[in-house]
Order: sequence, then structure tokens, then C-alpha cells
Amino acid sequence: MATEVEDHRPLVLVHHLASFKLPLQDRLITHFRLFDSLASPEASSVLALICVGPTPVTVDTLDHLPSLRLVVGSSAGLDHVDLVECRRRGIAVTNSGDAYSENVADYAVALLLDVLRRLSAADRFVRSGLWPQQGEYPLGCKLGGKRVGIVGLGSIGYEVAKRLVAFGCTVAYNSRNKKPSALYPYYANVHDLAVNSDVLIVCCALTNETHHIINKDVLTALGREGVIINVGRGALVDEKELVQFLVQGEIGGAGLDVFENEPNVPKELFALDNVVLSPHLAVSTPESFEALNEVIIANLKAFFSNKPLLSPFQQE
Amino acid sequence: MESIGVLMLIPMNTYLEQELQKRYNLFKLWTAPQKPQFIKEHANSIRAVVGNAGAGADAELIEALPRLEIVSSFSVGVDKIDLAKCREKGIRVTNTPDVLTEDVADLAIGLMLAVLRRLCESDRYVRSGKWKKGDYKLTTKFSGKTVGIIGLGRIGMAVAKRAEAFNCPICYYSRTEKSDTKYKYYPSVVELASNCQILVVACPLTEETQHIVNREVMNALGPKGVLINIGRGPHVDEPELVSALVEGRLGGAGLDVYEHEPEVPEELFGLENVVLLPHVGSGTVETRKVMADLVLGNLEAHFLNKPLLTPLV
Repeated sequence: MATEVEDHRPLVLVHHLASFKLPLQDRLITHFRLFDSLASPEASSVLALICVGPTPVTVDTLDHLPSLRLVVGSSAGLDHVDLVECRRRGIAVTNSGDAYSENVADYAVALLLDVLRRLSAADRFVRSGLWPQQGEYPLGCKLGGKRVGIVGLGSIGYEVAKRLVAFGCTVAYNSRNKKPSALYPYYANVHDLAVNSDVLIVCCALTNETHHIINKDVLTALGREGVIINVGRGALVDEKELVQFLVQGEIGGAGLDVFENEPNVPKELFALDNVVLSPHLAVSTPESFEALNEVIIANLKAFFSNKPLLSPFQQE
Repeated sequence: MESIGVLMLIPMNTYLEQELQKRYNLFKLWTAPQKPQFIKEHANSIRAVVGNAGAGADAELIEALPRLEIVSSFSVGVDKIDLAKCREKGIRVTNTPDVLTEDVADLAIGLMLAVLRRLCESDRYVRSGKWKKGDYKLTTKFSGKTVGIIGLGRIGMAVAKRAEAFNCPICYYSRTEKSDTKYKYYPSVVELASNCQILVVACPLTEETQHIVNREVMNALGPKGVLINIGRGPHVDEPELVSALVEGRLGGAGLDVYEHEPEVPEELFGLENVVLLPHVGSGTVETRKVMADLVLGNLEAHFLNKPLLTPLV
């Protein structure tokens, strides 16, 4: 009788809502034995789970997984994971690390260029055949020399800053804590950052403290010519207020990749040419998912061989 | 100064027009029902012509203006001006270099990002309500892509500097290799196109650079390659560009200029891998004001017998 080859692959739960699939999951099978149901008998012994997209990890989830020691997130944000509960139970949490940083930073810069130089609006203008009839297209705004305020100088914020400096922008930031290694001026709160900025780029994590961090007060401080770019989470911005400001012309423009109630987008924004709307695409490139896959595998391998995790989640 | 006649060829900037009107006897060619007649009528008082990227002093116009002393262009490109004729007749020519370099370079990067990340297309996707039915597809990462630049002048260098901040390797083609740069040089545009993923046209339009991007270059750039034109429409063989895009031999294009502005090939309107802009390279409030002041400054210097600010001829 042939003996069965021993399976040394560690067991990992792929925790996902029905509508979310883990990209490149088949690459994980070489290294790990996967299952995906909390109802499975293996739930009681599994040490690590991969959290796919925004699938929530709650007290209830954790109650099903008494042996769990690691949650591997597949996004930069972890607002769908009960971090307090994980900490209480001694469960480590990792996020996507740097896998998405460049793509999200590229996208933030893209949205800013689009708003200031009216790229999407001008493209619509040309495609509608209006150029021969209407002549010159309205002028945009120069990017060079703009004061950019970055809300959240994590790995994404850092990459945004690096790019915008090359365009001749000046950069300042707000984060939970000042970063000694950052060469940019620090403001202790977002209001003061807004007073001193022409553009705010929101790239921080969504937590209880940062919910609606961009509120009426901040929008007023940013001013009538101000531009806001959001590549973080919809709930970082008080969307109702932002819509009011935009509709009434009290703010210069906005580039939004995220919304409070995706995929619903306030209809009032559809008529505005100084707003660029995007369906939560900042990370959506094959390159991101390749990089994510490597981060997930690296974190899991490190965990199972008792080595330091690659991208433990750290609140900025 | 009011007796000095200045001929403005087409509308280009309200502030410039108003200032010229204040300081000179301004003739607006586009308001004339019969242009040749209009020119004949005022030829004896016209000492300056103000043109831009769309209209310049060609040989015919120069011949029709015997008192012409200076052509001041509201642009950096002077392909619409007969420079040889100006030299021959001792007519000065000025343009607006440097002041628009940043805006044009910014736009080049904006076009690259917009094409690769499908910015305009995904904005359309949201506005049309399609997001409620499903997610938009994956796009392509910009950071790290190799950028090839045709013409490493002021604008080309500014594009390179910006692309480098996105970790893009830079390579280039120009008439002669530049000794003071670390970027990789290719002695032909076809070779450049074969070795980059994004090709940017940033050179002046001359007889030699007409159709510098032709079918061979586009095939070399390939089905994953993207062409960005922030130069002049005639740099690119436009019918070839359209068929390359429609047939999928070229991956995408970001265009700010066209062979027959404001006409844009309608076949491009239905393509999602193309971004079309109405020649807005220097089109910001800030820069157009500075450009206008430069035109005014050059004219003033000329008529006061002072050195010109930005002379070409």
C-alpha cells in the first residue's frame, strides 16, 4: 500500500463574505492548507486567518476561533476588524503593508491633477463634439506651488508627498503623532493644516477618532479655492457637508475615490465639473494584487516560523 | 504708443486683448468679414503681430505687412511662424518659453495617469450609474513604468523629473545625445519606442519632426504601450494613430494636440483607452497671465528700443 505524503502545510482560514474573493488564492495553496467556513471543525484549531476585503472580524467571529493568534488583512485599512478585541485576546493583526502604497499614491496625484486641470471634464467636452463649436476650454489651476496638506503620513501619505514635491508643491501634514523622520512641517490638528493648505489629501486610517475628520470646520478653513482628495475611506469626510460646500461653490473642487455608502454617490455631484468621481479603484491594478499576495504569504510564513511579522498594523 | 498698430490673429486671452487694446491700436483679425481686405486696409499701420499655437505669421501675412517689425507669439511653439522669412526681413520674433514648462509637464503626467488608470472612463462609469451594478475592472499601475521622451528640452526634462518621483526609469531620443544627463539615450525613435512603455512627444515641430511618430514607431510601442502627445498634432501620423488604436496595435493614447484642431477624429470618441484634451497644455489661469505679460513685455521692450525679453529671432 502506498503511504500518503504528509501534509506539512499550516492551516489557514480564508474569511470572506460571499461577494469577495481573495485575488490569486491558488498561489497560497502551495504553502498553506485553506478552508473558508467558520462552521468547519477546523475552526477550533486554526491559528491564522486571512481577512478578505472588508469582511468584518467581530467579537462573534473571534468567538468561533478560540485558537486564533493572527489576522492577516488584505487591505491597507482595517476599520472592519475589531482591533480592540484582537488586542485584548493577544491576536496580532497585519495589513497590506506597502503593497498598495504606490498605486494609491499614484491615484491620489491623478485625482488632484484631474480636478485642477479638469482632465475628465475636458475629455467629456471633446467627446461631446463641443470643441469646434465652443472654442477655448475654461482654464484650470496650476499644480506647482500649491500647498498640499496630507492627512495621515503613513506609507501612502509618504509616497504622495514624495510625488508632489517633484511637481513643485510644498507639503505639510497632520498625523496622530509627529514623525521625527519626516522633513515636512507638522500641524497638530487638521483644522490648522487646512488653514495653511490649498489642497488636502486624505490618506489616514478610519477609526473612531478619525470619523468625519474632514468636517464643516475643516472645509471652511480650507477655503473657497480649496481642493479635497479622498483615497482613504468615505466616512473620513462628512459627505453631506462636502456636497453642500461643492454645490454652493464654497470649496474649489474634490476628487473622491471613496464614499460613505458605496456604491451610492450623491447625485448632486454628477452635475459638477470641478468634481472627479471614482468607484473605489485606488488599488485596483494586477500589480497591487501580486504585491498583496507576497505580503500575505510573507506574513503567514513569518508567523508560522516564529519570526517577526512583515506588516503588523500600526496606527499612525 | 497708441498709434502703433498691432494685429492679433485669433482670440487667445481676454486680459492680453484688453491690455493690447489699451496700449496700442489693436486690430482683431478674427472680427474681419473679409480677412485679406482687412489686412490691406490696415497694413500701413501694423508694426506687430500677436499669434499663438493656432495661428502665426506665415510668409503670406509677412509679405502683406510691409511695416511689420515684430511677431510676438503667445506660445512656446513657433511652427506656425515663417522664421526664415522673419530673419530675411529683420523681423524680430518672441515666444513664451519657461513660464509654461511646468504646466505642460504636469499635463503630460496627468495624461499618463489618466490613460493607465482609466480616470476619465471610471468617472463616466460612476456618473452613468454603472457602479451600482458592479465594480469597474482592474487598470494598470503607473509607478515604475519606463517612460521614453522624444526631445529632452525644458519640457522633456520637466516630464522626466516628475516621472522619476514615481520611480519610472527614463530614456530619450533627441537629435544629439546629451552629455550632461544620466538618462538612457536611443539613437532612433523606433528604438526608443521598443524600449519604453509610455512614449511622450516633447520636441518642437519642424520639417524633420513632422510625423516623427509614424506607423513603425506605434507598432514598436505596441499593444501595451501608451503614446502621450503634448507637442503638436503633426508630430503624429493621425490616421495611422487612429487605426493603431482601433486595431489594438497600440495600447492607448493621451492627446492634447491634433493635426487639425479643433477637429478630433471621431473614431477616438468611443475608445476607453484614450484621453482627449482640447489643447490645454498651458491652460491655467496662473500661467496664461504670465504668458500674456511676457508678450506685452516683449512688445513694450521692442517699441522702447530695449532688449527683448525672450527673443527667438
